[in-house]
Amino acid sequence: MTESAANKAVNGEVCHRATNGVKPGRNGFVKNHYHYKQQKNCYAEEKVYHTACNGGVYSRPFIESFEETPMFVAVLTYMGYGILTIFGYLRDFLRDWKIEKCHIAREREQQKDFVPLYQDFENFYTRNLYMRIRDNWNRPICSVPGAKMDLVERISYDYNWTFDYTGRVVKDVINMGSYNYLGFAENTGPCANAAAQVTMNYGVGIGSTRQEIGNLDKHEELEKLVAAFLGVESAMAFGMGFATNSMNIPALAGKGCLILSDELNHASLVLGARLSGSTIRVFKHNNMQSLEKLLRDAIVNGQPRTHRPWKKILILVEGIYSMEGSIVRLPEVIALKKKYKAYLYLDEAHSIGALGPSGRGVVDYFGLDPRDVDVMMGTFTKSFGAAGGYIGGKKELIDYLRTHSHSAVYATSMSPPVVEQIITSMKCIMGEDGTTMGRERVQQLAENTVYFRRRLQEMGFIIYGNSDSPVVPMMLYMPAKIGAFGREMLKRNIGVVVVGFPATPIIESRARFCVSAAHTKEMLDTALSMISEVGDLLQLKYSRHRILPSLDRPFDETTYEENED
Amino acid sequence: MASGQQWVLVEMVQAFYEAPAYHLILEGILILWIIRLLFSKTYKLQERSDLTEKEKEELIEEWQPEPLVPPVSKDHPSLNYDIVTGPPSHKIIVNGKECINFASFNFLGLLDNERVKQKALTSLKKYGVGTCGPRGFYGTFDVHLELEERLAKFMRTEEAIIYSYGFATIASAIPAYSKRGDIVFVDEAACFSIQKGLQASRSFIKYFKHNDMEDLERLLKEQELEDQKNPRKARVTRRFIVVEGIYLNTADVCPLPELVKLKYKYKVRIFLEESMSFGVLGEHGRGVTEHFGVNIDDIDLISANMENAVASVGGFCCGRSFVIDHQRLSGQGYCFSASLPPMLAAAAIEALNIMEEDPNIFTVLREKCKHVHKALQGIPGLKVVGEPFTPALHLQLDRSTGSRESDVKILRSIIDYCLDRQVALTQARYLDKEERFLPPPSVRVVVTVEQTEEDIEKAASCIREAAVAILK
Repeated sequence: MTESAANKAVNGEVCHRATNGVKPGRNGFVKNHYHYKQQKNCYAEEKVYHTACNGGVYSRPFIESFEETPMFVAVLTYMGYGILTIFGYLRDFLRDWKIEKCHIAREREQQKDFVPLYQDFENFYTRNLYMRIRDNWNRPICSVPGAKMDLVERISYDYNWTFDYTGRVVKDVINMGSYNYLGFAENTGPCANAAAQVTMNYGVGIGSTRQEIGNLDKHEELEKLVAAFLGVESAMAFGMGFATNSMNIPALAGKGCLILSDELNHASLVLGARLSGSTIRVFKHNNMQSLEKLLRDAIVNGQPRTHRPWKKILILVEGIYSMEGSIVRLPEVIALKKKYKAYLYLDEAHSIGALGPSGRGVVDYFGLDPRDVDVMMGTFTKSFGAAGGYIGGKKELIDYLRTHSHSAVYATSMSPPVVEQIITSMKCIMGEDGTTMGRERVQQLAENTVYFRRRLQEMGFIIYGNSDSPVVPMMLYMPAKIGAFGREMLKRNIGVVVVGFPATPIIESRARFCVSAAHTKEMLDTALSMISEVGDLLQLKYSRHRILPSLDRPFDETTYEENED
Repeated sequence: MASGQQWVLVEMVQAFYEAPAYHLILEGILILWIIRLLFSKTYKLQERSDLTEKEKEELIEEWQPEPLVPPVSKDHPSLNYDIVTGPPSHKIIVNGKECINFASFNFLGLLDNERVKQKALTSLKKYGVGTCGPRGFYGTFDVHLELEERLAKFMRTEEAIIYSYGFATIASAIPAYSKRGDIVFVDEAACFSIQKGLQASRSFIKYFKHNDMEDLERLLKEQELEDQKNPRKARVTRRFIVVEGIYLNTADVCPLPELVKLKYKYKVRIFLEESMSFGVLGEHGRGVTEHFGVNIDDIDLISANMENAVASVGGFCCGRSFVIDHQRLSGQGYCFSASLPPMLAAAAIEALNIMEEDPNIFTVLREKCKHVHKALQGIPGLKVVGEPFTPALHLQLDRSTGSRESDVKILRSIIDYCLDRQVALTQARYLDKEERFLPPPSVRVVVTVEQTEEDIEKAASCIREAAVAILK
């Protein structure tokens, strides 16, 4: 009942906005960070924290911030890349003339006269920029990827061209990088025990596809459970999260269909859309006006050239965007989708388990009806500590996928112990195991998230994204600081993820923390104080707005006492 | 110089005063027009709409999309899957009935091998199940590095790279190298994951007739002529041949030595997909290169999944570092996907151990394959498709009934007949509308080392009975 009331309000508002254009109170999405035009800097002061309370649409405050890149930082960042590029060219020149030793693997002599496998410029970035800071990625670990992990120590004597393993282990590194939102990456406890039992009974392989003879009773059990968990009629599980997108979107859309995709969608969604052969149009990140404009234009104008009406329109969005930490404006997307009769494909890779009072993802977070989302997609890799992906929705949808999904016909089905891990962890979240452990974890994650984000903001870092998102991107900007931050943090026994171009826009390099329910307050405090220390060392506290948004959350005040630094 | 410039300026001002008013106005309008053109929004075709808001609203109101998915009929042949209870090993329980497994690609019988299970279990106790991250972000485990090293050593190549999903392996590897404008020559019988990789690469695709080297050479010659016309373009157009070791869809082997000759003659790189031949062909199970005695360095990239002979999950590519290393930043299924659960990697390592310790297993498998191939000969109405030494044969109808649908039904009833008599078989499934060249419907017969002589005799006579009963 409340649902429909809310929806009416949304519809009203959407129509209103369509004619009205920008409303002052709604700059939350109008001015997201993609408008990093420097001349707007002087106005940044009052636009840092966009609170969008949209009356009936959002049941809770929707606080999402993307602070402007300070002008001088932007200039310095570009200069940094400029210098790196100049040195890159210089060193390429030296390598060409054999003055500098070249470590790159070479083409075989016999095939020198073949067309080169790579264009020279293709690897310029890898050779001259990535190689300098390569030690920050692919760090091998040799323990559970839990709240703390052990890293294999490696050392490079030739500036990261090759690594030597010293045989030593860096023990007890606080893990701020793994997507272990609910802490189900465990080697003991009910999940691991159940998985071990299934390994003994079933083995690990399957050796066939779902449609042929690889459909185990375990798979059927999992799918029923997923459907119940999501609150949809039916669900189907697949062996790989990436492939769930890239192999199922082509089954849903084809020639003559239009796919509207968020500009920051994951590579798997982009690949799936491309493989489908549909027309793809991209809207600005989480920008509902951009989406609505595309929808209107598409329906009014039809297909290009022929002007035939589109067969169907599919909107692709993610629950939490893994590089921005932003949460999709789902109530508005659903309102638009209903108004324009489009279909909605929601990828909950990062949000399932990690959002919502009962851990059921972004739909739960906004208190919406899962039936309003046509295709509920998600992965088991993150919150469930397993591997694979699922699609949930109406029975007709799943029946169609069972018969037409590329995955069901051609790909080996999921490994039984992995399936069991998902079943046990999902039951735990649902409380079906008879404990409150799952619920506590969901709550703990929410508390940890709010605490961690607030403390970082207080310290003066520029933090992107929604205040409830456990994905916390912290801006580094300059290319040199990417490497420096990763290394300095590791020195202090904290494992962080740093990302730069091409995963982010060129000047917006960042560190990304993933908060987990398994993090204790001590661990978070240790991590925070180290981040602060390194932040001072590298001058990362760019934010010029130390004022905090009012945090009127139910938890928060009572849970942790605040100690201002 | 300075005085000269001044003179020009003065002259300009004078000319300005002397010019007639209409001229000035015209120039003014022209300048304004230019400014407008400069600053106006870029011209978009879509926006050129003379519709009023009301008309637009009506259009939006009227538009009715197709349903998200077309309805599936209740009796669709692949809607209701057979349910397997328990492990899909030598004995398999299909729909509640215990059968001998002639359907799972468990060639070496490693699926429920005790050693493999124990290794997986030890790994589970150490690492848990999931990796909670892609390889780049703390998803690289020491087990992954070990498996990559072992695979490279096993195949005697410089480097190997593992993927977490067999299907995604070749489908990611092809587009990592072949881009828009490049040319790929591919066998018509190539499996679906190759087709998807080719589609993702957006290259020009040229299909040659299955295993027909003359046809391939014809295409290569055509291309050579084309290149002579436009040598500048030819210098940057990469060429690839994509073939399978043992074809999944036809169960025969690619003529690798001829392909290698063509490779050097026309300077084309070879990508070889070995999911069916890795751990099957060759004295040590290294696949089709070992089978033919071809130098493995002559093949630019070999890809295989670890879901058949290795009986785990995932896939790998191997070859020279110069080629393989590129995928670590460009292989989409590698970079953007969570890494392989360590317990599955550990299982794969143990499977490799077993394969290395006892290469005899491959000879045994080949003997069984020949046996099965022979036993299936001469069944009335059914023909065996595939080479005698391949482990996944196809049984096709001798004479099609004319419609694919009824062929599928007939084959299904043969399978049901066998299932009732405790022989588990399955149909080779395809997406009829998506396949480039749809293979005829067939029953898959998979050979494993665990099948005894009696099992094989039983299966063969069972299929024969079924064929006699159903195809009459």
